[in-house]
Amino acid sequence: MALLEIRNLHAQVEGNKILRGIDLTVNAGEVHSIMGPNGSGKSTLAQVLAGKDSYEITEGEVLYNGKDLLDMEPDERAREGVFLAFQYPVEIPGVSTNYFLKAAVNAKRKHNGQEELDAVDFLELVKEKAALVELDSKLLNRAVNEDFSGGEKKRNEIFQMSVLDPTLAILDETDSGLDIDALKTVAHGVNSLRGPKRGMIVVTHYQRLLDYIVPDFVHVLLDGRIAKSGGKELALELEAKGYAWVHESPETAAAAS
Amino acid sequence: MSTATQTRNSVDEFAAQFEQLEKNETFARSWFHPVRKAALARFVESGFPTLKDEEWRFTNIKSVTSTDWAAAADDAKSIGKDSLAAYCIGEVAATLVFVDGRFSAELSSTNKLSNGVKVARLADAMESDAKKLEPYLGQVLAEKDNAFALLNTALVQDGVYIFVPKNAALAKPIHVVYASTCNDRPTASHPRTLIVAEENAQANIVESFVGIDSGSSLTNSVTEIVTGAGANIFHHKIVQESAEAYHFGTIGAWLDRDSRCTSTNVCFDGKLTRNNVEAYLKGEGGCCTFNGLSMLRDEQLVDNHLRIEHIAPHCESWQYFKGIYDGASHGVFAGRIYVHDDAQKTDAKQTNQSLLLSDKAQIDSKPQLEIFADDVKCTHGATIGQIDEEAVFYLRARGLSDTAARNLLVHAFANETLNEITVEPLHERLEAIVLERLP
Repeated sequence: MALLEIRNLHAQVEGNKILRGIDLTVNAGEVHSIMGPNGSGKSTLAQVLAGKDSYEITEGEVLYNGKDLLDMEPDERAREGVFLAFQYPVEIPGVSTNYFLKAAVNAKRKHNGQEELDAVDFLELVKEKAALVELDSKLLNRAVNEDFSGGEKKRNEIFQMSVLDPTLAILDETDSGLDIDALKTVAHGVNSLRGPKRGMIVVTHYQRLLDYIVPDFVHVLLDGRIAKSGGKELALELEAKGYAWVHESPETAAAAS
Repeated sequence: MSTATQTRNSVDEFAAQFEQLEKNETFARSWFHPVRKAALARFVESGFPTLKDEEWRFTNIKSVTSTDWAAAADDAKSIGKDSLAAYCIGEVAATLVFVDGRFSAELSSTNKLSNGVKVARLADAMESDAKKLEPYLGQVLAEKDNAFALLNTALVQDGVYIFVPKNAALAKPIHVVYASTCNDRPTASHPRTLIVAEENAQANIVESFVGIDSGSSLTNSVTEIVTGAGANIFHHKIVQESAEAYHFGTIGAWLDRDSRCTSTNVCFDGKLTRNNVEAYLKGEGGCCTFNGLSMLRDEQLVDNHLRIEHIAPHCESWQYFKGIYDGASHGVFAGRIYVHDDAQKTDAKQTNQSLLLSDKAQIDSKPQLEIFADDVKCTHGATIGQIDEEAVFYLRARGLSDTAARNLLVHAFANETLNEITVEPLHERLEAIVLERLP
């Protein structure tokens, strides 16, 4: 059974059709990259999978471990092992990352019938994972993302991902706004989470990230549909030829008709 | 009977109480008597404010001014230590408890204070330390238009006098508890706290206004804070009056050069609470901060009115007021920064943030700036809103349930104010109340 199976997914917001029939299968152990120009629906797909309710699903289905993902509340999806690294992580004044993350970890453990972590065990886990993305653990006692730099916010996302240990990780433009050093650090964090039991969807606008997180598959999203799929070399081709090239290719023309 | 007549009557009732007090020779012959008499005269002349007064147009106090408030009995009612247990905080230098404005020796305790620090009953200090009190008691506030503060000056019977001499620092906080109880007749008390910190002195004071049992009561308090050059005062005011209680409290602060005063006001309970703050930055380099948090439900009303006067140059003032309004509760915020023409290089900011948790909750917010100097930095802002749905989604995407996510965000909103509280046991107690009130 596939980890994630998206079939003919259509989604719209306020009458604007954004996803127009997405088909995608992600198996455990695979890393899929979704590329595409602005407005192609990349982030919408990521958010729909995480359960953002501002999108209306008009057609299609999504199976996660064989279960109807679209029927689950966002928090239920998270407890079942879906993780979205946000493109724009939200600032939450007044609550430290550690405080909220402990609540999240324990919500998930409880859901899985595991014992909740106490403060000591939790801090140990946090320390180890923070080191992985070179996140200053002092930041974790500060309000979530408040006054964090762009790089710190993204590292905080990958840090949370590693603490929550998801089965399906979706990274929504995690590379945007990062300088090359921060990008390498984030990629290192992501790579260390690759494994036979985990599936990943890496949404990005730029090929650059894929130099560091090498995907098994690359999909090009255009106008709400996957216009082209291929191996990691597709990303390089895109880099060289631009998205317009996909538009013009015969395959795409066939898909659009 | 018209409202005007009713108002007249409750004013007359208080005036009659004053006359009754004047029969006592100690009262009538005290150095403070002329101050009282002048305050009463001004109070009688102006009467209680109504909705027509600009500073009261969101807060209807007709139910207060139309009640005949009785004066408390001469001796403190015995209420038992247990009923106060929930409000006490550990590790304090002194706890002074007043019941309906009367000192309760039985519930109070004072550890040995060093360095010449004095914590005394105001009634005693007015006699023993008259010379020290005279420049400040009833002088800190420009009371001309504050009927409640005038009434307090006229009728105050007791309260607390805290004196911290030059260079002295109190390591532990002083806790003053003003408790109101239910009596046969609705009872009013007019307690007063005077805090005088001399040059470079430091102290931390907590004033708790608590309701012991349900029933109508009126607490009309005044707190005067005087910070000498370089002094640093932390002040906390916690309002947990009973569900039928009215609370009118005025805080006045005088800041001398390079001194600091940080006052945090947290309101949880009480039917109607009005907090007036008047601060006067009189010396260069002074800095005052006023933080506020109201967490209300049902039909509660909390009205925060502040007036910060920048008189000297190079002073700073900060106002951060937050409110969490559920049910049909109502919040009012009016913060005024008044910059005198000599107060160049003033740096002042006021913000008012409100979180409305219900459709029936209401907030009136009125930030105001009056600036007569030309080289200043003054900002103000008000935000009113519901819980940020983006943040709810973020937390849910991490596994927190919808309720847990919302509660966490309300908690976080409150925490921003509570984190300013420097008395750790108090912080913990208040945070526990916030958590307990989350849906």
